[in-house]
Amino acid sequence: MRLDGDYMLIGIKNAAKLTGISVMSCCAVLVCTMFLNFYLDIQSLERELTSELPLVFYHALVSTAKVVCLVSGGSLLLTSMVMLMFYIKNYIDTHRKELGILKALGYSNLKVAKNFWVFGLSAFIGTAIGFGGAFLLMPGFYALQNEDKMLPEIAIHFHPTVFVYFVILPTAGFSLLAIGYAWFKLRKPVLWLLKNEFQSSVRPGKYHKIHSAGCSFTEELKRTTLRSRKVLTFFIIFASFCFSSMMQMSFSMKDLSSEMMGAMMFVIGLALAFTTLFLAITTVIKGNTKTIAMMRVFGYSQKECCRAILDGYRSMAYIGFVIGTGYQYALLRVMVDMVFRDMEGIPAYEFDFPAMLVSLVIFMIVYEILMYVYSDKIKKISMKEVMME
Amino acid sequence: MIELKNIIKSYGNGENRFQVLQDISLKIKDGDFMVILGASGSGKSTLLNVISGLERPDSGKVFYDEADITAFSDNKLTVFRKENVGFIFQQYYLLPNMDVDRNVKMGADLADNKDYKAVIEAVGLGEKLHKYPGELSGGEQQRVSVARALAKKPKVLFLDEPTGALDEQTGRQVLDYICRLKSKYGFTIVMVTHNLNIAEMAKTVIRMNSGKIESIYQNEVRKTAYEIGW
Repeated sequence: MRLDGDYMLIGIKNAAKLTGISVMSCCAVLVCTMFLNFYLDIQSLERELTSELPLVFYHALVSTAKVVCLVSGGSLLLTSMVMLMFYIKNYIDTHRKELGILKALGYSNLKVAKNFWVFGLSAFIGTAIGFGGAFLLMPGFYALQNEDKMLPEIAIHFHPTVFVYFVILPTAGFSLLAIGYAWFKLRKPVLWLLKNEFQSSVRPGKYHKIHSAGCSFTEELKRTTLRSRKVLTFFIIFASFCFSSMMQMSFSMKDLSSEMMGAMMFVIGLALAFTTLFLAITTVIKGNTKTIAMMRVFGYSQKECCRAILDGYRSMAYIGFVIGTGYQYALLRVMVDMVFRDMEGIPAYEFDFPAMLVSLVIFMIVYEILMYVYSDKIKKISMKEVMME
Repeated sequence: MIELKNIIKSYGNGENRFQVLQDISLKIKDGDFMVILGASGSGKSTLLNVISGLERPDSGKVFYDEADITAFSDNKLTVFRKENVGFIFQQYYLLPNMDVDRNVKMGADLADNKDYKAVIEAVGLGEKLHKYPGELSGGEQQRVSVARALAKKPKVLFLDEPTGALDEQTGRQVLDYICRLKSKYGFTIVMVTHNLNIAEMAKTVIRMNSGKIESIYQNEVRKTAYEIGW
């Protein structure tokens, strides 16, 4: 953060940590640009279509483009916004002392908050890469969409409005959101910001209801960890939701659409899932570093620490998987039954049990490997460093 | 009995390497109340960390009776800490999301101590069982950390500047609680402080300077927390 050119608190380095938003916006813009550009390019062909079959095909393509843009773009946009707010809250929590000092020196909330515009750069990086990537993939995508040559030759055009919608507006919107949300979160008393975060970060009375008689400390910690940061629980559910839905959809897409679409969904699903899971678990561990260090000092084993901090999220991850399974089935059902109902040659769509099973097994393996990697990180938490702070 | 033999500990690399502990040897008897005195940077906290098994020395050995804890694996050292030692720090390090009851349970569970609420009563916090650290004063928070350390029934209690963040009145109160509980449970105390007055409460006093033991002496007359100066 540069304030009057003399003090740097938020820099590009901080914005670079927002890779989650970049990946998410890249995926969203990649998909949406391809479909919206395609939609705009085929609009001009509608007048040329006279026979019924090409018209039905045209309408099916238009509907698909709209549904994909709305569903993928909408859900990823919302999740990116939640992620941005989460990052800002996290940033303010971890830099509260510096921010408190600035406020104590007389900087207004707005003056400090204005510097958070840098966080919008993460959206620019993601959307720009997604936009460029979409144009790289477009020739193949256009050819696949019109594989049966039902429509005349479709030429790729650059539509400035698409660039404005998917690159300029998200960047500006995310920068404004960052400033607005930071301003909102900074409306705290200076002393609150300056207080020791390990001692003062909990609102009294917030967890009174979660006591369970006879519950062990580690079990209680597991529940508290899970309930104290609901947004992280959301990200874990979202990550497994992405993995489950995209992977299962990619299997079905091979039959319903094309291998290219299937592969694209697979890659996007993996990118979203890993980025979100990485963000969530890293934050869980970082947020509990002192707790873990204290537990290790007192003699809790690494396994007990991992169980207390990470195990609570396992059930949430499986809930996300189940929701993702239901979502992908419902979405494909709607697409096949409604969008393509007048089309010939669309294979019957039924719930793909083997695909679900394969996805579940891969998910279980990947999740457990990740947890193993992170439990190793817990092992490396230096007790002394934390105690010396 | 705890015995340290020729402990050497350094930090940094190359030209910046600095020897914090220089060939330290000492014995701590069971049930002793030992205070390690020294100015900032004298190596007293590092010595406490080495004795308690939080840090490994570069060379030398730390024996608890016959067992050399410097030879323990990380897992074995964890079990050792679980079964033998308790800690109280200047900054309390309570878990902010958990109330007094649960914070103390953190220690109690390790010793399977079902009667841990008696320790909370003993430090005078029976009424504040369901209060959160953020709702307690500094003195009360330190008393929670005393209860948490004692609920695991340690054989040795390590204290690193336990009154460093407290005012005189609450500092005396906390020290008084610790002494009374020591009489009741009989554990060994090893306390690091820079406050000369607190040393008058101890049985054995070690003065450290520049990583070396300057002197070791026994107090013939020991004062209570309310008799010492501040």
